Amino acid sequence: MTQYVIRRVLSSIPVLFGIALVVFSLARLIPGEPCTAMLGERATAEVCERFTQEQGLDKPIPVQFLIFLRNVIRGDLGTSIRFTRPVTLILVERLPMTIELSLTALMISILIGIPAGILSALRHNSATDVATMVGANVGVSMPVFWLGLMLAYVFAIVFKDTFLQLPPSGRITAGLSATPFYEVFGWELVADSAWFKVNEFFANLYIFNSIITGNWEVLKDLLRHLILPAVALSTIPMAIIARLTRSSLLDVMGREYIRAARAKGVLERNVVMRHALRNALLPLVTIIGLSLGLLLNGAVLTETIFGLAGVGRILFEAITARDYPIIQAFTLVIAVNYVAINLLVDLSYSYLDPRVRLKQEA
Amino acid sequence: MATLEQALGRPVSVALPSSLWGTALRRLLRRRSAIAGMAILGSLVVIAILAPVIAPYDPIEVLIGVEEVKLREAPCIYLLGCSTDRPQHWMGIDGNVRDQFSRVVYGTRLSLLIGFTTVGFAIVVGVALGSVAGFFAGWIDNVIMRLMDVLLAFPSLLLAIAIVAVLGPGLQNALLAIAIVSIPAYARVMRASVLAVKESEFVVASRALGSHPLRILFSAVFPNAVTPLIVQGTLGIATAILDAAALSFLGLGAQPPTPEWGTMLGAERNQVFTAPHLVFFPGLAIMITVLGFNLLGDGLRDALDPRLAARGRQALPERVKP
Repeated sequence: MTQYVIRRVLSSIPVLFGIALVVFSLARLIPGEPCTAMLGERATAEVCERFTQEQGLDKPIPVQFLIFLRNVIRGDLGTSIRFTRPVTLILVERLPMTIELSLTALMISILIGIPAGILSALRHNSATDVATMVGANVGVSMPVFWLGLMLAYVFAIVFKDTFLQLPPSGRITAGLSATPFYEVFGWELVADSAWFKVNEFFANLYIFNSIITGNWEVLKDLLRHLILPAVALSTIPMAIIARLTRSSLLDVMGREYIRAARAKGVLERNVVMRHALRNALLPLVTIIGLSLGLLLNGAVLTETIFGLAGVGRILFEAITARDYPIIQAFTLVIAVNYVAINLLVDLSYSYLDPRVRLKQEA
Repeated sequence: MATLEQALGRPVSVALPSSLWGTALRRLLRRRSAIAGMAILGSLVVIAILAPVIAPYDPIEVLIGVEEVKLREAPCIYLLGCSTDRPQHWMGIDGNVRDQFSRVVYGTRLSLLIGFTTVGFAIVVGVALGSVAGFFAGWIDNVIMRLMDVLLAFPSLLLAIAIVAVLGPGLQNALLAIAIVSIPAYARVMRASVLAVKESEFVVASRALGSHPLRILFSAVFPNAVTPLIVQGTLGIATAILDAAALSFLGLGAQPPTPEWGTMLGAERNQVFTAPHLVFFPGLAIMITVLGFNLLGDGLRDALDPRLAARGRQALPERVKP
């Protein structure tokens, strides 16, 4: 097992290197002088020369790549050209928003998708089954941005002045603010230190922050803002999870050991819950892992529609504004996350499924 | 001539010989989802071909001075009680005073075209890469497949956005970007198919007879790879249409005044609270098209996957053995 883990971890290194290379070259390939793109009318030849020198853009490309790699390993992701602030600080501000959104969406899709899939499988070919599967097919076919806009319209305009009214944009009502937990607890932190950034990161997970500081009013407001984007974002993974749960459970329910369990008189409920589901839910680990990629795709769109300052949004803006350091850092973080999740999925698979584990050991 | 019946001394019933594709088609037609998918796609193809006949207006014609219509006017449908002295507009008027219905109808052409061209391109490149990787193995295989892994490590839409940023916005570049990000799926399918048949006896025999690798590829490998590629391709068209619409929605794909559904949606997204019909109809059109391809893709997978077919056979009552 240990050997397998080590081998699997090592095998992701070339991929990570490839990712760094792709990220770096993509940023360089974006046409247009970053200087003129950034500084606009102020970009005289003189200013531009100083600018390219400061940013190290005058060095040969391979040298720039090596410097980039060295800095990344040191945890220095550069300074945003547009905001003239360290990219790590911007990451610490923006990443939590996207994490909150994606995890909430993932939770919604699991909480609805799995029971729907189970119900569908247990009532195979019934009206419930057909309805669920039609719903799932419609779910995967819906453009996220369209659903988001329609939800915003329905809940902000149609349900206006009813208890169902929900805010169509933003993360928190203007005027409300979440005091960082470290201030509430009276911790003294050195600004710009790594420890400060870690704390700031968790404080920017507003929901987490408002729970541990017991600020229920803010929490309620946050959730009211989060629900529409999260629902819009959850449809595609939800549909995929429901379909997979159904087919996987149907497959397992036809196995011999289920017949054996029934024959020895196990209650049908226990046959499903204890015997069938355990095996049926195994493939879901993979799908849930892969869904995180889908969620990031959708996050770009949902964040645009709901006016949320998250990773997807800033990356999109940075690409159009040629803010190299931000493009590099954010795509890198996303891709590395993706590789890490895939790794975790593979490892958890071998942990959860003895067959996989034994095959690897053999 | 001694027949089998004479030899066995009893009547033998022989199943009618049926071709692989005949069986697949019959199985396909038995699936409700596939029928629904084909019906949707059939109608869309008809709409796309007959667009000039169906659409009452030119999709980019500005109606100022032509008719008494207001900017972003709500749909006016005679059947639903709209006064007949007003011009009929099934889906209302858009932000540039054009007939939204005509634009949605013409958008069908573009969407189908987007789906087929991107996936066609991705399949050609993916199949080439996958066959080379599977066939020659060794370091070539390693290099190609690690490259595919790297492409897969990025969320597809973000990668497409980055590629469009490099190439510059526009429909053609958006299509290229979507095609590039979907290549790995086909390369993987193709490589798996190659590996599956490479060591089989008929390929070894063919090689022993001195067949050229290309001949083996076309005569032995492709027939085995066609099924998964068709399934993957059909589902891939659905994704490609969704991604293209998303890029256009973000302003990176088709540029106005092209009647593209994503572009139409993006142009009017800030008006959703005052003129929801301008967002509703293009989105509905995208959804129906994508649904059609998804349903057909699912149906095809069920019909063509021999493993599922085998499971279907198990479910039948066991035949009496002779």
